[in-house]
Amino acid sequence: MSGAGGGGPLLLRGGRLIDPVSGKDGRLDLLLRDGLVVDVGESLSEEGAEVFDASGLYVFPGFIDLHAHLREPGREYAETIATGLAAAAAGGFTAVCAMPNTDPVNDNRSITEFVRAKGVAANGARLYPIGAITKGQRGEELAEFGELREAGAVAVTDDGKWVANGSVLRRAFEHASLFDLPVVQHAEDMTLSRGAPMHEGAVSTRLGLSGQPGIAETAAVARDLLVAELCRGRLHVAHLSAARSLEIVARGKAKGIAVTCEVTPHHLTLTDEEVARSGFSTRAKMNPPLAEARDLEALATGLADGTIDAIATDHAPHHEDEKAADFNSAPFGVVGLETAAAVIHDRFVVPGRISPSRFAELFSAGPARVFGLPGGTLSPGSPADVTLFDPGARWTVDPPRFLSLGRSTPFAGWELTGAPAATIVGGRVVWRREQ
Amino acid sequence: MTVSALRSKDLLGIEPLTPDEITLLLDTAESMRSIADRPIKKVPALRGRLVVNLFFEASTRTRFSFETAEKWLSADSLNFAAKGSSVEKGESLLDTARNLQAMSADLIVIRHGSPGVPHFLAGNLEAGVVNAGDGAHEHPTQALLDALTMRQRFGKLEGLSVVIVGDIAHSRVVRSNIWLLTKMGARVRVCGPPTLLPPRIEEMGVEATADFDAALEGADAVMALRMQLERQGGSLFPSAREYFRRYGLTKERLARAKPHAIVMHPGPMNRGVEIASDVADSDRAVILDQVANGVAVRMAVLYLLLGGRPWEGERGA
Repeated sequence: MSGAGGGGPLLLRGGRLIDPVSGKDGRLDLLLRDGLVVDVGESLSEEGAEVFDASGLYVFPGFIDLHAHLREPGREYAETIATGLAAAAAGGFTAVCAMPNTDPVNDNRSITEFVRAKGVAANGARLYPIGAITKGQRGEELAEFGELREAGAVAVTDDGKWVANGSVLRRAFEHASLFDLPVVQHAEDMTLSRGAPMHEGAVSTRLGLSGQPGIAETAAVARDLLVAELCRGRLHVAHLSAARSLEIVARGKAKGIAVTCEVTPHHLTLTDEEVARSGFSTRAKMNPPLAEARDLEALATGLADGTIDAIATDHAPHHEDEKAADFNSAPFGVVGLETAAAVIHDRFVVPGRISPSRFAELFSAGPARVFGLPGGTLSPGSPADVTLFDPGARWTVDPPRFLSLGRSTPFAGWELTGAPAATIVGGRVVWRREQ
Repeated sequence: MTVSALRSKDLLGIEPLTPDEITLLLDTAESMRSIADRPIKKVPALRGRLVVNLFFEASTRTRFSFETAEKWLSADSLNFAAKGSSVEKGESLLDTARNLQAMSADLIVIRHGSPGVPHFLAGNLEAGVVNAGDGAHEHPTQALLDALTMRQRFGKLEGLSVVIVGDIAHSRVVRSNIWLLTKMGARVRVCGPPTLLPPRIEEMGVEATADFDAALEGADAVMALRMQLERQGGSLFPSAREYFRRYGLTKERLARAKPHAIVMHPGPMNRGVEIASDVADSDRAVILDQVANGVAVRMAVLYLLLGGRPWEGERGA
């Protein structure tokens, strides 16, 4: 997916270019050639370059999603790598990190290579595989991190399951340090959460549903941080949802522990009341579950003050037949690739809760830094991955129009201001919004 | 009576009802009661209407009560129990519902172990849906029959002090009763062992306590819930003996309530666990009135949901 394969140079003209890493923010043109950023400046011109009129649009470093379930291999009826990467591009993402809880689990080189090859063949966002921490995600024996790294894995995780055994986690940190791989934890103490379908609180009590107390996550985060501190591990907390968990991450950062965290758009915008409001809709069922107003406030503060490193989707498609079940039996998970950027723009950038620059950082430089990925900036020499975003577009979330095979989202019907306008990967426009 | 019809095609819970709708249901049930006293217990009000009783969880009392109500109103009824049905063969809930729709069912009475299933069906069907119990969420007809029983005894619900004791966390009866009684101006205290009191139940507008003796002070009505120790796997309360000593409704304890206080139980009772036999059999107990009222309340629900106007006897139907 290099620029050479996609044609000649591309000149993005007239947009508002925002690159938090270089500190650039202004009406600047961007020249891409041979898959790389060549130049950034005022009134650029280049003979033979195709000109893309970006006036009225933001020009951001390509958005990177640290957390998506693309379901292939194993559950191609729910999503494939091709449909997932097309959906990612339509959501403004130029790269997606694919979770290893496939069938079979991505705990070895051959699956990583398969996933990566499928990603290269797809015409959408780039794909970075994430390998499993333990073989079969059983939480016992470590996977071969070296093999995974060589085959292209950028991190390891048993996502969906918390590595509950502290010694296994310690060895994972120690072994991962050889290959500079961050260890990603889905923080959930199952003895506290008991797999309950929603957050424990006034709403779960009212609805008669069993709830997971918020501390099921926080207790796990605290334990993971202590282990990371002990062995100088590099910990990334996936889909952090509770105020107390964020507090602990902030303290860990202040102590100099190598910890980062991501949050999802749904945890930033919805509370457990959504389960009641929607009449028990399984579109409001995900793990971790939607929490409470005080958690949302804390996450919003963390978004603005920098404690939160990245926004990630936890895109988790299921077939509609699977979600058309009762609240207790339906699977956890909602799709997010095609709504994440627009939802955050509408709810945080439009009302001025975060700046466009911080918005760009949370979706590009932040995630790139967390996993040490190329990109995240538009400095010359960087990959020519660009997200063009139209801050004035008004649209309504309409799941049947998604490119993802998944349709289940709590944002269905939301009227949003701001939408991805075009997605450029390796200097080539892989998706463009229909006018 | 200030309203003459329900707003919804469904009865999914007490939570969505207005006080006027509750009063309409109770008044209609009251007038339905006379049918039980006739030698020929049948009126043609719902002739030609098809009601399906869809029970995914075992139930004797509630199902019989609905069936009796359906028969007395001359509806055609079908019983569907999950065991031995297409559900056991892997049919999805939505497909089951669509099949019932295709059979032109007018009303579906559903009991299911998972909260929200009646809501799911109601959103996908044109037929009306009656929630006959969804997990620990709601059991609206039980709360209505409880209210009818209290109203018969005290003439009103407003100002009554009602104590509900037992496994509050896992009880749909509690939640529906809380909604109904608080909407109608009664005071509710819920009481149970700390392991069986759900977090933040106070936010439903009730007092919550683990102290049964204190809870009983000044009560007009005491409702003991069935204690299902077998369901709890031993981790929520150690034994029936320990439960009875702290939370069993005995004569001595009942003396703390008002002298006229009534004793209620949604059934089936575990004598010697949540209620002493002599209390259950005393003249304070209105447990069999509750059963009789259950049929009347369910007749009122079926009748009103299927478009009936306020009941004025057979001529008005």
